[in-house]
Amino acid sequence: MANRRARPNGLNVTIDGVEMSAVEGESVLDVARRAGAAIPTLCYLDGLSVHGGCRVCLVEVDGEHAPRLACSTPVTDEMEVRTATEAITEHRRIVVELLFAEGNHICAVCVSNGSCELQDLASEVGMDHVRFPYQYPDRAADASHPKYVFDPQRCILCTRCVRACAEIEGAHVWDVAARGADSYLVTELNLPWGEAPSCTWCGKCVTVCPTGALAFKGRAIGEMEHDTDLVGFLARARTEGEWEGRS
Amino acid sequence: MSAPQTSPPAAPGSPNGAGHPSGDERFALLDKTIRRARFAQDQLIELLHTAQDIFGHLSDDVLIYLARQLRLPPSRVYGVATFYQLFTFEARGSHSCTVCTGTACFVKGADDIVRTVSDTYAVPPGQTTDDGLLTLATARCVGSCGLAPVVVVDGVVHSHQSSESTLEAVRAVAEQAQAVEAEG
Repeated sequence: MANRRARPNGLNVTIDGVEMSAVEGESVLDVARRAGAAIPTLCYLDGLSVHGGCRVCLVEVDGEHAPRLACSTPVTDEMEVRTATEAITEHRRIVVELLFAEGNHICAVCVSNGSCELQDLASEVGMDHVRFPYQYPDRAADASHPKYVFDPQRCILCTRCVRACAEIEGAHVWDVAARGADSYLVTELNLPWGEAPSCTWCGKCVTVCPTGALAFKGRAIGEMEHDTDLVGFLARARTEGEWEGRS
Repeated sequence: MSAPQTSPPAAPGSPNGAGHPSGDERFALLDKTIRRARFAQDQLIELLHTAQDIFGHLSDDVLIYLARQLRLPPSRVYGVATFYQLFTFEARGSHSCTVCTGTACFVKGADDIVRTVSDTYAVPPGQTTDDGLLTLATARCVGSCGLAPVVVVDGVVHSHQSSESTLEAVRAVAEQAQAVEAEG
């Protein structure tokens, strides 16, 4: 303990009873992942800014009344975090059920069936049915882009595509329009994607999508696999100048 | 990948060399406010208000123009503009009647008022009459719950309204307009 305290800005954090040392600025999620705690995430993605919108990374923090988001809560000294209590597990299941009720998530006919983070999460939290009334929103797919398809029925508004496009590609083609339950993804001024002049066709939005909402054109059921590590790799390569002096 | 609707307002040049290159003087008015805001991106909401005051509604052209001037992505401008219910994207009538349907007003019978105006002028809430005379809108809480039910007619707040008094207020501005039109 004495050694740890001597570290500059060193913090002592307890995750599920495991004592960890952390540095100021780290999130609960960062430290928990190091501690080996399996906190599920959807909107969080390594390499992108933190959004804190999906609410599945909820954890309990000692002394806090409400659960906190692991991804956007910075660690503090002597913080005690529990990541898998009964209440937290139930919260997470409710969140996933609400996500299913909100869109039209029909795994059996989805391009990402079998490689979908929402589907994986549902099975992880033990969701065997949905207790909330399905909203069956009427959302039309956008297949105007020559290479990709956007099906908003499968969109959970995690904004990974928005952030990948704005932060990694630098084009900011996507954004979220309207508010609350009416929110939807737009390209530019609600143009058909294929007509958005700022789209560079790079496909980063497609690779980071956790569900089958964004997919390569022409993929059949279960054929769409995403490469969600790509933006983390690019972000690291860029910040650490990995390619410098190698050309 | 051409998209005609995303191009900035056409710049045919103005006949006398003065004024705005788009040929629409209203853009010159907007430019003045943009310059006063020093092209600051965080002034977007203020500038959207100004633009709506000037143009009456926010067309795609105006949104694109603001995006270009502030160096903001169009999708961000669209996202911000659609987030707020006070912004409108279709031309509005020459008069407006906005009924507050916040909790207090609702409890005091705002839905009756909306229904009455809607039936009388044959216009669904959120839309404009076919002759462009009246826009009927609903708002979520104008922040004066003590005055419930609140109706805003042409920017003037009317408190403690009933269906009858609202109709009267709307009729007053609408008939005034028709009288002016008849005289002119």
